[in-house]
Amino acid sequence: MQNSFVARNPSVLIFLSLLALFTLVVTVLSEGFGIGVISTSFVKTLGKTLCLCLIAVAMDLIWGFAGILSLGHFAFFGLGGYMIGMWLMYERTRLIVVESLSQAEIPPTAAEVSDAIGNQIFGVVGSSEFPLIWVFADSLFLQLALVVLVPGLLALVFGWLAFRSRVTGVYLSILTQAMTLALALYLFQNDSGLRGNNGLSGLQNLPGVTASQDQVSVWFLWGSALALGSGYALAAWIVSGKFGSAIRGIRDNEARVRFLGYSVEAYKLTVFTLTACIAGMAGALYYPQAGIINPAEIAPIASIYLAVWVAIGGRGRLYGAVIGAAFVSLLSTWFTGGQAPDIPLGFYTIKWVDWWLVLLGLSFVLVTLFAPKGIGGLIELLTERRALDRHGADMGPDAGSLREKEASQ
Amino acid sequence: MSTLLEVSGVSVSFDGFRAINNLSFRIGEAEMRAVIGPNGAGKTTFMDIVTGKTKPDEGRILWGEKSQSLLRMNEAKIAQAGIGRKFQKPTVFEDQTVEENLLLALKNPRGWWRVLGYRPDDRDMERVGELAAEIGLADELSRKSGELSHGQKQWLEIGMLLAQEPRLLLVDEPAAGMTPAEREHTTDILVRAAETRAVVVVEHDMEFVRRLNCKVTVLHEGSVLAEGSLDHVTANKDVIDVYLGR
Repeated sequence: MQNSFVARNPSVLIFLSLLALFTLVVTVLSEGFGIGVISTSFVKTLGKTLCLCLIAVAMDLIWGFAGILSLGHFAFFGLGGYMIGMWLMYERTRLIVVESLSQAEIPPTAAEVSDAIGNQIFGVVGSSEFPLIWVFADSLFLQLALVVLVPGLLALVFGWLAFRSRVTGVYLSILTQAMTLALALYLFQNDSGLRGNNGLSGLQNLPGVTASQDQVSVWFLWGSALALGSGYALAAWIVSGKFGSAIRGIRDNEARVRFLGYSVEAYKLTVFTLTACIAGMAGALYYPQAGIINPAEIAPIASIYLAVWVAIGGRGRLYGAVIGAAFVSLLSTWFTGGQAPDIPLGFYTIKWVDWWLVLLGLSFVLVTLFAPKGIGGLIELLTERRALDRHGADMGPDAGSLREKEASQ
Repeated sequence: MSTLLEVSGVSVSFDGFRAINNLSFRIGEAEMRAVIGPNGAGKTTFMDIVTGKTKPDEGRILWGEKSQSLLRMNEAKIAQAGIGRKFQKPTVFEDQTVEENLLLALKNPRGWWRVLGYRPDDRDMERVGELAAEIGLADELSRKSGELSHGQKQWLEIGMLLAQEPRLLLVDEPAAGMTPAEREHTTDILVRAAETRAVVVVEHDMEFVRRLNCKVTVLHEGSVLAEGSLDHVTANKDVIDVYLGR
């Protein structure tokens, strides 16, 4: 079965090979494990980009295949980041606190340790009590489970309410925007229990790990590549079978699928929840590389960017989503990082830091209007060219005397 | 003959307009029925009500031996219970191949979990082959259905309907936009289907109805005006006034 799946979807194998090659090359060129051509910060950028590619795959699944334009998937991404961030921050603080308290003459009690950790973490928001949501923060295993469970549960409840009332199209998109905005605003509050607008920081330091960031960054690159590879293969497997056929049917004509006897709501809810879980995992890998997470990360605009990536890359093609996310986010880093040269026009100087968004918006509009298949469509163009297509072409001396239609008979 | 579907005293209004007015209708296990009527007579609304798309304001709809009420079921449940529907405009999944369309319609478990792990077995592929042969699309299985001609799309949709193996087929203007030869083929398919199941055909074209050679129900302003053989209803004075006389 597995063989035939790969045989029927050669793009999966190609993608996985390219991903493996990319990871290998970056590892060899990295400072941590290789010859040090690529700086550690750029390795982190590449690792983060892989996570963004993973959430783009999820976005393509929900938008490109199931036709649900969710503009709230970065909420799930951020929640995944918060969940892993809680453990990272708790554990690292605990180690520091235990270390410093061990200098004291009397060994500290458990309550003293806990108070000291609380003070360290929540001092910035004027509190020292652990909020209820931190109850599992001392367990890596449970927090890892929450990375999937919290976004999944939120998506399940939200999706159930929305799909059951048959909210579709632009109304659903607006609802998802409202969801991510509400979540961001809630997290901005100091008493939300997640340090308000300070967010969680120092996430790049893995507790108990003495290896340098040079090496940790490469570990995370590997982890991100593994996650992207598995996510891509899973998504490709899902859309290759009858389930994929059903959700594409839902995208193109929801009512027809319903009259075939499929419970459209259950299918939508499944895809929505699954993609939320994938987004959560992508976020949990992204934020330890970014080092910090705060509520601004899940502002509505982030999810809109996600839709732009997938549109520019080409929706309805998984590789398109990956190309779009990688291309646009890396380009964005280049432009907004001040690396792009300014263009002096004499009377005005185009500074890309300011003008990049205009360029992005313009390309989004142009792609939507003139190349709805996006960058992924180019690949399709190339592979289809190679296939035999003789329409209008010279058919040679023998068949040439016949009309094309006759010749094919 | 036992009754498969019984619609009694059903009414529905849209913004005060009574689209269906105290409509009653019944059809047996293996029966062909043609529903005719002028535009706005409520033919499509009638189908919408039976398939669960529109909820009636009053009346009841009973289904099968157990006289299950269809009013509390959603579209998917009704379809699973055995009511298949073909739309007026051919609605096939244009982005997918003929084979994928047929496989999607094939009678198999519909739950998402079962569908996720589903891979067609030999029996399913054989069934798809038979259906494709019946609707004359055996050579087009790997083509995108969007590339098919209008008549072929109509047939594909009929094929998808047969693949569902419903006990009741609701067919809305199956012959629209077909050539005479294609119409004849369509008639054959429907007549054969009606040997084993109930078929309701909504049609404008009297010639087509005549060829179906079945009982006819005439709808007018949301209720049944006349019922009987085609000759019987066309001789009916009311029918001539509202429909044929014009």
